[in-house]
Amino acid sequence: MNRFLENLFLPPQASTHAKVVDDVFLFVTWVNIIFFIIVAAAAVFFCIKYKRRSANDRTPHVTHNLTLELVWSIIPLFIVMIIFFWGFQTYMVARIAPNDAFEVQATAKKWLWAFEYPDGTRSINELHVPFGRPVRVVLSSEDVLHAFFLKDFRVKTDVLPNRYTEVWFEATKPGEYVLQCAEYCGKDHSKMLGKVFVDSKADYDRFIAEGPADWKTMPPAELGKMTYEQAGCVSCHSLDGTKGQGPSWKGIYGQTHQFNDGTSQVVDENYIRQSIENPQGKIVKGFEGIMPTYQGLLREKQINGVIAYIKSLK
Amino acid sequence: MANTVTSSPTKTGTAPPHLNYLTENNTLKAWLTTVDHKRLGLMYLGAVMSFFFIAGALALLLRLELLTPKQDFMDSATYNKVFTLHGAIMVFLFIIPSVPAALGNFVLPLMLGAKDVAFPRLNLASFYVYCTGAVMALVAIIGGGVDTGWTFYTPYSTTTEGPVGLMAMAVFVLGFSSIFTGINFVATVHKLRAPGMGWFQLPLFVWGIYATALIQVLATPVLGITAVLMVMERAFHIGIFDARLGGDPVLFQHFFWFYSHPAVYIMILPGMAIISDIIPVFSKKTMFGYRAIGFSSVSIAFIGFLVWGHHMFTSGQSDLASAIFAFLTYLVAIPSGIKIWNWLATMYQGSIDLRTPMLYAMSFLLLFAIGGLTGLYLGAISVDIHLHDTYFVVAHFHYVMMGGTVIAFIGGIHYWWPKMFGKMYNEKLAAIACWLVFIGFNVTFLNQFMMGSQGMPRRYWTYLPEFQRYHVGSTIGSWILGFGLVMAAGVLLASLRKKEYDAGDNPWGARTMEWETVSPPITHNFEGQPVLRHGPYDFRVEPTPATVAGGRH
Repeated sequence: MNRFLENLFLPPQASTHAKVVDDVFLFVTWVNIIFFIIVAAAAVFFCIKYKRRSANDRTPHVTHNLTLELVWSIIPLFIVMIIFFWGFQTYMVARIAPNDAFEVQATAKKWLWAFEYPDGTRSINELHVPFGRPVRVVLSSEDVLHAFFLKDFRVKTDVLPNRYTEVWFEATKPGEYVLQCAEYCGKDHSKMLGKVFVDSKADYDRFIAEGPADWKTMPPAELGKMTYEQAGCVSCHSLDGTKGQGPSWKGIYGQTHQFNDGTSQVVDENYIRQSIENPQGKIVKGFEGIMPTYQGLLREKQINGVIAYIKSLK
Repeated sequence: MANTVTSSPTKTGTAPPHLNYLTENNTLKAWLTTVDHKRLGLMYLGAVMSFFFIAGALALLLRLELLTPKQDFMDSATYNKVFTLHGAIMVFLFIIPSVPAALGNFVLPLMLGAKDVAFPRLNLASFYVYCTGAVMALVAIIGGGVDTGWTFYTPYSTTTEGPVGLMAMAVFVLGFSSIFTGINFVATVHKLRAPGMGWFQLPLFVWGIYATALIQVLATPVLGITAVLMVMERAFHIGIFDARLGGDPVLFQHFFWFYSHPAVYIMILPGMAIISDIIPVFSKKTMFGYRAIGFSSVSIAFIGFLVWGHHMFTSGQSDLASAIFAFLTYLVAIPSGIKIWNWLATMYQGSIDLRTPMLYAMSFLLLFAIGGLTGLYLGAISVDIHLHDTYFVVAHFHYVMMGGTVIAFIGGIHYWWPKMFGKMYNEKLAAIACWLVFIGFNVTFLNQFMMGSQGMPRRYWTYLPEFQRYHVGSTIGSWILGFGLVMAAGVLLASLRKKEYDAGDNPWGARTMEWETVSPPITHNFEGQPVLRHGPYDFRVEPTPATVAGGRH
């Protein structure tokens, strides 16, 4: 019977927490069923049994019965207190992530989810986590309220623009799960979906090495543009020729750069790669050597993407 | 007028037409400037029912769009505006004023044996303030529509396009209408009870309306303040709710629910109050636990002020706050449960006559039981985390608001209709409409419970294909429900075409005072000041016409 109710009302259980929540859910369901049957059966039975026979029917004049009233106040009070304590206790379990949890930063904005992993890898609308570890997701919003909802894990939290919120879960089996936005956020609220991939160790390592699946089909220049925006290039390198902390990227491919040490070099693929991996090697005249190295932070595909992107900026 | 003071519970014969509040001075100007609570009650009834059918039609459109996951005939921006309008109109223009302003206005002074409410001119002002708010809301709709949801959550509401400010000001103005009505009823119950009518001889409808009026007076100002702050935030960027200016969007939710949770009780208490009057009459048995029902209304009103945070378990509020709010929420379950037990105990060994108002009362009993019981899921915080902002919540509050309040309201209209117009509707057709509403309602919203707990979020224009079967069921249910409601309205309106007052003064054999005068009542309600001679549900005495003290006035 419990299995039947679970199938009727609840999505698959895919986290350790799901079972805990579902037990409370099923208990409340039984309370609901029993009380509803009492109320409905009494109402229907009375309507039939005490149907009016004539306009002159006489009825007993009963105004109250203290014992009965105490019974039907106190018994429900006990039941709701059980539900309260159980619900609160299981909620606190969901609030406190284990210390060794794998931590991911998530940012919500209209209408996408962005994730950042411990090694600096980023992904959009797909969250990869290693199987067999508790995962803590720390969330914030760039605009309005959103809510991070994993139905199969029974976790949800609002995502706010002014403070961090968090959820944690430990998946019970590898697989692909739906992420939905549950706080109304405007036009594409219902399309603000993502996927959570609970990967085996090998799959997760492959993800970190190769990047998200959609990179494979993305044109290099587009991936480069995304990298430019997400990896921080945008804060120092303009695209329109204005001078920032670093040289603008506009039309530099094929130009000759003069350096502080008096040497010069044509901007080509090798030069761009060198500037990403070892920025202190050559400092363009008029700039300071403040750029950090991106070696290990960007993947091959991203570096090639940035090169393609710079080529495209005429 | 000698014939007007004879009546009996079984009398269904025709009374000769008498001059009454409907026919006396029956000009447009007289209606528009009336201070008669009965006329104002009818004008409110017409206004709120118009908005009910508008917002109901919007709901049918929403359900139709949701028949398939793809776009059928509305794009997502339109959908967002339509669901906002559905919610805002239903809450602010229909449910909140429905029972108090329409039925309360009509019935309350009659039940108390009074000539009118305490402040008749304030009552008229309240109606025009309501109309002003309604016009502002309509202008906002015509001027592009609002897509914030009826909850106006910041920062979405302070940044989105459209006449949100005007809509919020409409809510502000409507709040004043609600406050005026509340003040009026509190004063009326305190000061205008018939001689001999103590607090524990009040009909339970009066207790419910009184508790509601207290909430209206105490909670509505907070909504007004919140709406003003939100508009100022939009217009002047003062930084109360906007995080970029040092504000806090969650503060808005606290303000909003501080009103809107008590507002839930503004909506449901009058519904319970109607049922508390219908059940004893159609069971021909005195109310079991009269005091318990009266006190439970007041305690629901009181606790209702302390539970707003249960709308915000996922908002990032502190765990301690969540725990306290959840605990207090469960306390509301007890007085609500007490009412259900008392209603059932009243029916026990009664003489039950399942005429249309009683059918609606039974419908209410079952639907409200489901609405209340499913609240137990939402108070369990860990379960609420999963269910929050899903269709489960949508189904839950529709069972309470629609299955509870609206069903009780329609039942109340059927109950007092013969008093209002002196004409009886076709009871067979009215009963069929009641069954259609009951069936349609359950088909619509039971599906929503299932899809919600399965994980379908609310306010979604498109959805995952796995949820489609529930949406199809829900949409089909909505058509049955819509048809039932239109049929109920048609049956009632058709009765008005009758030439004669055929309902009798007391067609249901009730013992409360509004049935002691003629149907429809004369302009001053009673010939002179009636005196209370028996309790409101004392079926040991035969119903009699009003006993008048002090002669004519």
